Formats: sequence, structure tokens, C-alpha cells
Amino acid sequence: MQHTNTQDTLVGLFVASGIVGLFFLALQVSNLSSFTEHDSYTVTARFENSGGLKVKSPVSSAGVKIGKVSAISFDPKTYESVVQLSIDKQYNTLPDDTTASVFTAGLLGEQYVNLEAGGSDEYLKDGGKIEITQSAIILEKALGQFLFKSAEEKK
Amino acid sequence: MIEFLQNLGRETRTGFTKLGRGTFFLLQTISGILSVLPRPRLLLNQMYSVGVLSFLIITISGLFVGMVLGLQGYYVLSDFGAEETLGVMVAASLVRELGPVVSALLFAGRAGSALTAEIGLMKATEQLSGMEMMAVDPIKRIISPRFLAGFLSMPLLAALFSAIGVIGGQMVGSGLLGVDEGAYWSQMQANMDFRDDILNGVIKSIVFGFVASWIALFEGYDAIPTSEGVSRATTRTVVNSAFSILGLDFILTVFMFGDN
Repeated sequence: MQHTNTQDTLVGLFVASGIVGLFFLALQVSNLSSFTEHDSYTVTARFENSGGLKVKSPVSSAGVKIGKVSAISFDPKTYESVVQLSIDKQYNTLPDDTTASVFTAGLLGEQYVNLEAGGSDEYLKDGGKIEITQSAIILEKALGQFLFKSAEEKK
Repeated sequence: MIEFLQNLGRETRTGFTKLGRGTFFLLQTISGILSVLPRPRLLLNQMYSVGVLSFLIITISGLFVGMVLGLQGYYVLSDFGAEETLGVMVAASLVRELGPVVSALLFAGRAGSALTAEIGLMKATEQLSGMEMMAVDPIKRIISPRFLAGFLSMPLLAALFSAIGVIGGQMVGSGLLGVDEGAYWSQMQANMDFRDDILNGVIKSIVFGFVASWIALFEGYDAIPTSEGVSRATTRTVVNSAFSILGLDFILTVFMFGDN
């Protein structure tokens, strides 16, 4: 076959660009480098209602993402939602009286867990529990209460 | 009635014989791959005709598919005030579905049909029998390098398709329609998972590359050695590849993304 050198170069270019495409997908699209699972610790929080929270929803504190929700289950004894949060190991200085609340990013945005640090000297450890929690605000519930109240006031 | 039953029986029998021949052919091809490895030149030539020559159609289609996704996604999402999530929509639909599927369909149309026609013609002009007469195994010399080349090129082509599509969506989204560029990327990065989305997309494209190359090579090898037979085999390659790719895509999607 003739022109084998150009052919080699083109095949090399093709393979290289394919691999670059894969790296682009891994790094730029899914942001593989920023958060890996194994260097994190898990704490549980019990919510009266965890709303639309899902596995992999972000956990953030002061607006910065520090972890994600790793599991959600229902406790049939206390009728509460048990949410496991896996938090990046580098943020291991959260006080054990931290408050966890379920917030919504924007009006229709996804729900996330917000952690607000307390004043305790003890830190949360792997397998620890967050005692103070605040449930998700259910839009329908809030609207219903609002309408009910405004109807009362009119009487 | 009897005739109908006879026809049904015959169809079933020929279908199963063909499937059996195909499986046997596949096993021979895979075992022939070992003897390709000492001769990388064979593989390189095929990588050129299967991969490099499909490069242009894949990248251009990827760019346009991404740009159309950007436009259509923007029109729908802006009704809900959620233009910022355009990046997630474009990336998720490309990486999970459109990247592997559309590039596999293009691959079957561009490279698969060429492989079938080439091998069918080799058979019709008795080049394959000629090789056998010279004690050269045509499976090892002709089929296996092409199979390996298709199998290796497909994931690369699909990854290129998705990557260029994401860039095309960003070009239209933030260049033309004014979606914030930072929001486009950060929303995408927050919602796309490497294992669940990217890796599953790559697995899909590997499966499609395997199936499309298998069908193309088998149809060529199994073609009736006349010009009409080769033309029919080429048609069957495109039709059967499209069916199997879309059917397999459904099954793979159920297994990969079924639980959330």
C-alpha cells in the first residue's frame, strides 16, 4: 500500500482525538476530578419530611458543595425519613450540633441539604448523627396555609 | 393452511440456521483476532478505512445534533425559566443516548455497508476462495482485522460525537441565545456522573460497535456471490444493524438507567 506514512499519521490522529474526546467527557462534562467517593465520611440526619430529596442530591454549607446524599430510607417506627450524607473528608470540622435543613435551589430548582454549623466544640464523626433538622418546605402545604390564613383574615 | 405452516417452518429454520452460522462466524472471527496482533499493519489499514474515513461524518453530525439540541432545549426550557439547565439537557441526552446510538447508526451506514460490499465482492470474485487455495485463512487475514478495527473505532467515534455535540450546544446556547456560559458548564458538571452517565454511554458504544461490525462482516461473508446478492446483503446490513442497535439500546437503557 502506498502513502502508508500519511495513513499512519491519520490513524494516530483519529485515535488521539477519540481519547481526547473521552477525557473531555470525563473531566469537563462530569467533573470527575472534583469529588471522589472514597475519601468521605457518612453522617445520618432524620427529617420529618425530606421532600423531593434524592440520592446524589448535593450537601452544601454556606453555599459551597461539600458532599452528597448517599442513601434515603424510611424508618417505620418513628415515621421519619433517614438521610445519609456523605461529606468530603477535608471538611471534618463540622460541630456536632450542626443543623441540617432541606432547601430548594431557586423556585423550581432541585432540593439540597444545607448544613449550618453550630457552636459546639465536638466535631461530627463518621457514623455520627445530626440531631437538629428542619424539614423540606412543601410548596402545596405552604400555599394551603397561606390561602387559609388570608381567608380567615377577610372574615 | 398447510402451505402457511410450511412457510412458517421454513422461515424459522432458515432464521435459526443463519443465526447459527453467524455465531460460528463470530467465534472464528474472535479467535482469529490473536493472529492479527503480530501484524498491526493489517489493523492499521482497517482503522483508516473504518475509523478515519468515518471521522468527518461523525464530527459534523455531532456538531449539528448538539446545536439543534441547544436550540430546541432552549425553547422548551426558557418557558419554565430554566435556561441554565440547558447544559444538563444537552449533555445527558448526548452522552446517554444520542452519542452512542446516532454514531452507531452513522457507523453502520458509512462503514458497515462498505465492509459488507467489500467482502461480498471479494466473495463474488472468488478472492476469498483464492486465498484459501493459497492456504491463507480469509477469516484471519480479512475478517478479523476489520472486526477489531470496527470494535475499537466505535467507542472513539461515539465519544467524539458526544464531546463535539456538547461544544455545539454550548456554542448555540451561550453564543447565540445568551445562556450564561458558567451556568451551562457548572450545572452540567453538578448533574452528570462519571460512572452512571459517561461510562454507561461508553459501554453502549462498545456493544453497538461489536454488533454493527459483526452484522456487516457476516452479511458480506454470507452474501450470495452475485451482484444482486451483494446489493441485498448491503441493504440487510444497514437494516439489521439499525434494528439491533435500537433494540439493544432499549434493553441496555432499561438495565443501566432503570433504577432511578
